[in-house]
Amino acid sequence: MLAWTIYLSFAGALLEALLSKGKAGVARWLALCVAVLGLFCAVGGFVQGMGQGRSVIVDVPWVPSMGIHYLLAADGISRVLVLLTGLAAVAGILFSWNVEHRTNEFFAFYLALIGGVYGVFLSFDFFLLFVFYEIAIVPKYFLIAIWGSTRREYGAMKLALYSFVGSAMVLIGLLAAYSTSGSHSTSLIALAHAGLPVSFQMWCFPLVFIGFAILAGMWPFHTWAPTGHVAAPTAASMLLAGVVMKLGAYGCLRVGIGLFPHGLDPWGWSFLGLGSWRDVFALLALIGIIYGALVALAQTDFKFVIGYSSVSHMGFVLLGLMTLNQIGLAGAVLQMFSHGVIAGLLFAIVGRLVYDRTHTRQFAELESMHLARRLPFAAWAFVIAGMASMGLPGFSGFVAELQVLIGAWIAKPWWTVTAGIGIVIGVAYTWRALQRAFFADRLPTPEEHPKTGWPDLGAITWPEMTGVALLTLTSLAVGLYPRILLDTIEPAVKALLAGGGQ
Amino acid sequence: MNYADLFRITLPETVLEIAALFALIVDLGLVRKAALQMRVAVAALVGVIGCGVAIWSLSMQPTIGLSYGAGSKLILLGVGGYITAAQIGILLLTGVTLLLFTGSVFTRHAGEYVAVVLMSAAGGLLIAAAQDLLVIFIGLELLSLGLYILTAFAKSSAKSAESAMKYYLFGGTSAAFLLFGFSYLYGITGSTNLHEILLQLHQGELYQATPLLNVAVVLIIAGLGFKVAAVPFHLWAPDTYEGAPAPAAAFIASVSKVASFALLIGIATTAVHVFDAPGPSPTEQGAHPGFGGPWMVLLVTLATASMVLGNLAALAQISVRRLLAYSAIAHAGYMLIAVAFFSYSPLSSNAILYYILTYGLTTIGAFGVISVVERATGSDRFDAFLGLHKRNPLLAGVLLVLFLSLAGIPPLVGFWAKFNLFAAVLNLSAGVVPFTLVALAVAMSAVSLYYYLQVLKRAYVMPAVDETPIKAHPVTLVVLVTIAAAVVVLGCVPALLQNWIAGF
Repeated sequence: MLAWTIYLSFAGALLEALLSKGKAGVARWLALCVAVLGLFCAVGGFVQGMGQGRSVIVDVPWVPSMGIHYLLAADGISRVLVLLTGLAAVAGILFSWNVEHRTNEFFAFYLALIGGVYGVFLSFDFFLLFVFYEIAIVPKYFLIAIWGSTRREYGAMKLALYSFVGSAMVLIGLLAAYSTSGSHSTSLIALAHAGLPVSFQMWCFPLVFIGFAILAGMWPFHTWAPTGHVAAPTAASMLLAGVVMKLGAYGCLRVGIGLFPHGLDPWGWSFLGLGSWRDVFALLALIGIIYGALVALAQTDFKFVIGYSSVSHMGFVLLGLMTLNQIGLAGAVLQMFSHGVIAGLLFAIVGRLVYDRTHTRQFAELESMHLARRLPFAAWAFVIAGMASMGLPGFSGFVAELQVLIGAWIAKPWWTVTAGIGIVIGVAYTWRALQRAFFADRLPTPEEHPKTGWPDLGAITWPEMTGVALLTLTSLAVGLYPRILLDTIEPAVKALLAGGGQ
Repeated sequence: MNYADLFRITLPETVLEIAALFALIVDLGLVRKAALQMRVAVAALVGVIGCGVAIWSLSMQPTIGLSYGAGSKLILLGVGGYITAAQIGILLLTGVTLLLFTGSVFTRHAGEYVAVVLMSAAGGLLIAAAQDLLVIFIGLELLSLGLYILTAFAKSSAKSAESAMKYYLFGGTSAAFLLFGFSYLYGITGSTNLHEILLQLHQGELYQATPLLNVAVVLIIAGLGFKVAAVPFHLWAPDTYEGAPAPAAAFIASVSKVASFALLIGIATTAVHVFDAPGPSPTEQGAHPGFGGPWMVLLVTLATASMVLGNLAALAQISVRRLLAYSAIAHAGYMLIAVAFFSYSPLSSNAILYYILTYGLTTIGAFGVISVVERATGSDRFDAFLGLHKRNPLLAGVLLVLFLSLAGIPPLVGFWAKFNLFAAVLNLSAGVVPFTLVALAVAMSAVSLYYYLQVLKRAYVMPAVDETPIKAHPVTLVVLVTIAAAVVVLGCVPALLQNWIAGF
């Protein structure tokens, strides 16, 4: 059932590409149908998989001479992330209902990206995972370069090159692991059981981990994220923050930690208090949390605030991974889901609800527009999303970050203390953005004041309302009853930790 | 050796030569008065049929190679294995470039063009099979002389003449180097047979004793490095790719490369199989014997220089043809790694062959797209591709697939070729040097995405200056779409081509 998410998306992309130009309406509905069907499959697979461990969906030899299998499988982690992808895909389409320029191509690239993302989450063959991972790069480039805004070609190229360099590192790791294991298989399970030498894991782990972490926005390789998010059209930035960054984090977890668990062992010596790759990456994650939050506090562009907040929140995911205990890892996966939903919502509000109407994202200009009164729906949606983003109890972010913090406390208490500072700054920048964008009743200067009265910003349309409702309710549901996901995540995490990987 | 055997083993070459003469006769005799388009189509058709018959005639070849004489076990011309696969590849790619010729109008001499292409291809077939220095040299010259003529074929274009002259001068010099190196080898060992030479080198004390061997190897590498356009013998490539008429450039970029790499595979295969029969005894050494001398060091140097310089220089180009030339240099660099680290099993030769065949196909397609765009806009600059997705969506789609494949994005065939190649290298030896080379190659292909995207950006992203539709010749369009489809299908089912190559 889950495998259909992939096929449906690619088939949808192909149909969109073949669709004649000018039929924007058909293109939209087709994309929405495909995405909704995909979501149904994802939900179906999630419900079916409750209480089950890893289940193999498809396993056929693909390149027999090299032992490569087309191996799709799902465990709790995959199921949750596939569910997230389904949600993000539907929401993204709802928020790109107003794309009029080359609509069918937009959705073709969009669905191809979604298909690649589904594929990564469901692949249990390193090689296949890599293939899907790379498939996702190209559509991202075109989505941003063609339909983006601020410095779109720069942002798109930067994103494409960062992704490709990251995947080049992963490919080197893949080739090295394949030739070192001698197991004549690229299946993640076989490679994990191949008994890769510890010294090999020690250098291959950071290579692969950093390769994936580039896409997860790990400091100092995060700089593609803010520029890419800002340049991207709304739906693409929702997907970037919502699922593409999760691809990176998922790769870190599934491949990095799963295949090379000994890469995290202590080196036996320490440098500046860092005694293992685990310390190094945890430190980078912490820097990411604090740095992202501080930079978000200083932005003048609304979307950059959200872009940097993503870097900060993804820091929690990486920190959670480095705790290497069950609660921390489960928290990291939950944070992936939660951030995917909340960041998607934030980008939708900034990009679709506000920017597409006001055509500016500068706080200085938004301040005089009285958006709280003129776009009350956007304002209140942002209040809710902002609270979710800050990690207020009742929303998914709270549970996720709490778990990560507990996990970090068990690992090293000072990690928790430092990450806690990040949360406080997170409250500050969200509050600041909220205040300046919506509730700052600055009187417009005479030059700013339009002579013919305020232009009509346009009513909020049904796709926007549906999208906001979908994402908000998801975050609330998970926040109020986190067991709905945790029951699925925890056994998978436990298996991953116990099995020396898989 | 008797002439019947010689005839049977060179049947494909003979077929090509006959087809070449036939093309001349038909063009100059039968359809002389017809319109140029018609003559081009007829000549190309004759050529394609000739290639088809040549492929069929490959099955009539004897199963063992041609030896020097009744008592000799040494092989002059080989058959089977990678040789047949490479020959079929050469013939197929020649056929495709001839089909692209139907859509172009750069010359009035259709018959001559096809004849020269076929004769060149015959030279390519020869060097793919040759095991003797003299045959190698003759084959190379037959191939190269044809290429010089083809480069100059657009007589009304000054660029074409200039680039042909450059190509010829470089080619002549490097042929002299090669021959000089061959003469040293003969002088050291007293034989012109590759196998005999290598055996002598390994058995005698010649192996370490003489600096003459080093000189010979350096000279030979220089000569062969020119053929595959490896840095620092690459200087002809950008000019030739830029000046030659598009179908000729496609031929140079694909068929000539396939033949040259088949030759390198041949030399490397013989080198690692030195102690097999008919030698006195199978190898007792643990390691596979190589060519000796500074062979490997030179190849590694060439490979590294080609990858780095090819990719970095491509970044600075604004002409798509020159970009393809530098990318060809980079791709040659990747393959040279696998030539340097060559396995005893056919793993390496299959991987290189897989790479060069798919690369050749992709490049032909790329040149096909360029030729259509050039005819419409009169330029191959990046800006000529502006708004291609509006002017001809199908062509833009083909360009997208081909360039992404060249950049090595899965699931297209270029990615598999790279993976296959690098896996073969690491499978042989996961030492520091091969691993570093592979890592460098992967890193450099990340660089390559940038310049391929520069072209695709023009085609898809940037607004068009001129939105008039571009019309392509129907045959060209069909060929291009077929190539793009093959790139996708072979990428999704890589085992198809792998098994085909391994099946010989």
